[in-house]
Amino acid sequence: MKKALLEIYTGLKSLFIGLKITLGQFFRPTVTVRYPYQTLKIPARFRGHIELVSDPATGKPKCFVCKLCERACPSDCITVDGMKPEGAKRKTVTVYRLDFTKCSLCGSCVEACRDGAIRFSREYNLAGTSKEEFIMDLFKRLESEGVQGEQAQPVTTVAEPRPPAVTGAEPPPPAQPQLVSAATAAAPQSKLIEEAATPAGKIPASTEGTLRT
Amino acid sequence: MNMRSISLFLSSEPARLVLFLLGIMAFVGLNAAYLVWVERKGAGRFQRRPGPTEVGPAGLLQPIADALKLLSKQLIVPAGVDRTLFRVAPLLMMSPALISLAVIPWGEHLAARNINLGLLMIFAFGAINTMGIMLGGWSSRNKYAIISAARVVSQSVAYEIPVLLVVITTILVTGTMNLNEIVANQAGPFWKWYLFRWDVNPLAPVTFLIFYTCMLAETNRAPFDMAEAESELVAGAYTEYSGMGFGVFFMAEYANILLGCSVATVLFLGGWQSPIGVLPGVFWFLLKLYFLVFSVIWVRWTFPRTQFYGLLNLSWKILIPVSLFTLILSSALVKL
Repeated sequence: MKKALLEIYTGLKSLFIGLKITLGQFFRPTVTVRYPYQTLKIPARFRGHIELVSDPATGKPKCFVCKLCERACPSDCITVDGMKPEGAKRKTVTVYRLDFTKCSLCGSCVEACRDGAIRFSREYNLAGTSKEEFIMDLFKRLESEGVQGEQAQPVTTVAEPRPPAVTGAEPPPPAQPQLVSAATAAAPQSKLIEEAATPAGKIPASTEGTLRT
Repeated sequence: MNMRSISLFLSSEPARLVLFLLGIMAFVGLNAAYLVWVERKGAGRFQRRPGPTEVGPAGLLQPIADALKLLSKQLIVPAGVDRTLFRVAPLLMMSPALISLAVIPWGEHLAARNINLGLLMIFAFGAINTMGIMLGGWSSRNKYAIISAARVVSQSVAYEIPVLLVVITTILVTGTMNLNEIVANQAGPFWKWYLFRWDVNPLAPVTFLIFYTCMLAETNRAPFDMAEAESELVAGAYTEYSGMGFGVFFMAEYANILLGCSVATVLFLGGWQSPIGVLPGVFWFLLKLYFLVFSVIWVRWTFPRTQFYGLLNLSWKILIPVSLFTLILSSALVKL
């Protein structure tokens, strides 16, 4: 009898403690990142699909069609083709097709590249309605980026996302702390969240393209 | 028509009844719509999310969008169901709540019907709402719905008993079933409310707690939402309902919460009585009512769903003995 009463009492007490805790949370600020309007900063080592790097001196792609990446790819998703312009010492790339449906983002191509001509992009808004949208020509992509203006691309300002040396000890991944700190503290959150300059223009731009195809 | 004849017409009994009917229906409809919004916003805040934000400012048009969606959907009646019962079930759940609200005194002179057996009427009609869910589940010809119907009945049987014992305790103290008189008895500062009347019922807060718990169970709210346990029974008795059939069930849930909280306000929190003597009664009634409604949402987003035997154990092993004890105690005090 005494035990049962004690159980009722402690049970009831724990219910009220629970209510107190949730009410405490009720009045604290929200931690939601409102995605289309706000985005979290992408970590420097984020692995998007690969992209060609342009030579800052000439504005042309650094790639000289050695095809090492094509050979390094374990799933055969890269097709590189190029030509040698008149009087030039090296070949230049004309077609760099990435079949992203097969790519597992292993990074062998980036490791194999001798000249740093390819790197991981920071593209993560990859939604599409057909398979063909993921077979992309990176050369054309680079050219269209060049037309739009290079400084608009946040990609050019980030630290070199080279993979760590194979022999060295693996450093702790820097990706997660940003999310964790955003969830626990309100103050650093504002630094990590970027207000999208054109919320309506950024996301639907890609969906518009998919709808047209 | 001059002002005098208009006021004469409005004070005539039929006109008064029609006006109250419209008023109560509008109140319930508006509340059902906007309590969904409050619930979603509240759930968001308890989980430190903003809740709905996209439709209208702060998501305020969300209920209207939801209602439009539900209204424009087809009412599918699955093959092989009992068509009549299937269609009647949502109404059977909705109408008792609407009828019962007729005796709730919103203000000093603001009750659709001031009848002497108001409290009895509320609990008599309150029992029908269980039948609504049961029939809905039974007529759906769906195993989850039938399991839900069985749960609702056993849950309701288990919780009708303590709630009635608690109400009898309160009636012993008040000496009347007229809700207006019950409220009138609680005039004055807040320690005159039946929640704090230690002198007539030493376990008054416990009585209130039992009533509140049973109210949650009767309205099938979390943590007692066995009837529509989403993770176990899809949506329980509502599984086969689409469009406004489901919408009415959904509104009825909130109408029943409103009713339960109104009765709790009248019985324990002094109804429309103002503790400090300012502002009209309706204001105080709604303030107390929405405080209780908020606490219902608060409880829902705090406690996980109990298991079914936990629910029955709570009723038969704790609530019924305790409420019997309070009944005996306060009847002894009344006799002394």
